[in-house]
Amino acid sequence: MNYETIIGLEVHAQLRTRSKMYCRCSADYASAPPNTHVCPVCLGMPGVLPTINQQAIEYTIMTALALNCAISEYTKFDRKNYPYPDLMKGYQISQYDAPIGHHGWLTIETDGQKKQVGITRVHLEEDVAKLLHRTPADGEAYSLVDVNRSGVPLMEIVGEPDLRSPEEARHYLIKLHSLLQYLDVSTANMEEGSFRCDANISIRPEGKPESLAKVEVKNMNSFRAVYRALEYEARRQRKAAEEGKKLVQETRGWLEEKGVTIAQRSKEYAHDYRYFPEPDLPPLVLNREWVEAMRSKLPELPEARRNRFVAEYDLSLYDANLLTSSRAMADYFEACLRKKSYRLSAAKSAKMVANWLLGESSRLLNVTNTEINDSKISPGQLCQLLDLIEAGSISATSAKQVFAEMFSTGKDATDIMTQKGLSQISDTHEVADTVSRVIIANPQPVADYKAGKEQALKFLVGQVMKATGGRADPKLVNELLKKKVEEE
Amino acid sequence: MKLSREEVLHIARLARLGLTEAEADRFGEQLSNILENFEVLQQVDTSDIPPTTQSVALQNVVSDDEVAPSLPQSQVLANAPQKEGEFFRVRAVLE
Repeated sequence: MNYETIIGLEVHAQLRTRSKMYCRCSADYASAPPNTHVCPVCLGMPGVLPTINQQAIEYTIMTALALNCAISEYTKFDRKNYPYPDLMKGYQISQYDAPIGHHGWLTIETDGQKKQVGITRVHLEEDVAKLLHRTPADGEAYSLVDVNRSGVPLMEIVGEPDLRSPEEARHYLIKLHSLLQYLDVSTANMEEGSFRCDANISIRPEGKPESLAKVEVKNMNSFRAVYRALEYEARRQRKAAEEGKKLVQETRGWLEEKGVTIAQRSKEYAHDYRYFPEPDLPPLVLNREWVEAMRSKLPELPEARRNRFVAEYDLSLYDANLLTSSRAMADYFEACLRKKSYRLSAAKSAKMVANWLLGESSRLLNVTNTEINDSKISPGQLCQLLDLIEAGSISATSAKQVFAEMFSTGKDATDIMTQKGLSQISDTHEVADTVSRVIIANPQPVADYKAGKEQALKFLVGQVMKATGGRADPKLVNELLKKKVEEE
Repeated sequence: MKLSREEVLHIARLARLGLTEAEADRFGEQLSNILENFEVLQQVDTSDIPPTTQSVALQNVVSDDEVAPSLPQSQVLANAPQKEGEFFRVRAVLE
């Protein structure tokens, strides 16, 4: 039997606010000593009064608008009760039946096919404390609690189960991630946990409306992990179905090292959250003026920017797509174009910058696992190198070497060239000497060229380039060789 | 509406309360009483009244996103029944 895969993703993103969601403790917990960004509110002391962080509301409205959502005119917060020590209050202040945004969509493109993926809802809640589990050799296991992260604004984006393959899920996630970075509402760093993804995945016989058991997959800490976990789970469920085993609705955790998912012990009474309206927080009325003010704050979004790159810089759709896949890359690209000093057509210089960014730069960033924001080469420094190439001061081969050196040291191209003696030799006398030596050392190819064998000239050029360590200007070498051979 | 003993124990468990037999009886009785009072309230015709989640007529009460000082760590941990170094210590929680 053929089965169809049904996937829906749930993303949690920490918002980039200065203070927490319901109190004014600093939300920047990453390097803070444990339990120092904590106050009576996030500690859940009796009698405290939480208040809503306006910036978090506005970031969420912006995100919901960018995801084509309807914005709830009336929205409120609710208590989600659960007995787990990662929330000191014994409940999480979340949103239940009146999320800020709902009924939106995100367009993804897989193999050139566009597809609208539904967004169920976008709502706000708070992050939880960090638990460190300890298992002493000689005693009972226990946990340590650091409350700093508890109360950091957390935006939840629930997608419809519209995805039909792990590949589509990957595209959706990358697109959503890029969108949040464009909006600048979240650092969206997956490794640091400011962007997290859980997945629901099931299979169903093709053409049938009913899925077999829905499985929730957790503990995926990278795009690759999400893709691998879903691939694994789709295979596992098909195999079980084909073997006639019964699939159960459950939560499974992804084990990165083993490349498998395993059933997790489900929390007891996990779904008895007893939601009720948060009595300490008055409701919010998101009127038209407020929403429109947020709409006017939306930056140029990835698709619009891509289309502009094609129109304005005459780039291919392919290059424009890659350049705008992250806001940091697109910003870097445009910073280069603003700095470019050499006199080329705008389209040609744009193409040259694009080639370097998507070629050498991306290659080295990937190899060293560095974000372009953290690249040691500034846009100005890259432009200087491109200027040197254009002026013929450095050969293309040497430029790559220089670029690699710039990448690891952050030094200027000119400094590296002087240091390593990599300047292109455009001095006629210097090149002419080498050409003469090559002609004397290679009488046979010289004779061949004179006899009309064009190939022989290429060989001679190669010999000169070799003798100069690739630093001679190939055009000049060609000219001089022809001239000298004919003079003989 | 009378709550069953099972329901009372379930609610107690969700609230992490250990009840003795006598307490389960007593609180079961009291909780049932509260529910019965709400049943009386439910007889009022509210079909023309929009639902509310609040007893005060406030809306859009928000704070600016500005950081204020937190508590010193010693005070944060002061009331903890158990602590270890800079952390609260709790019994192991299995998920």
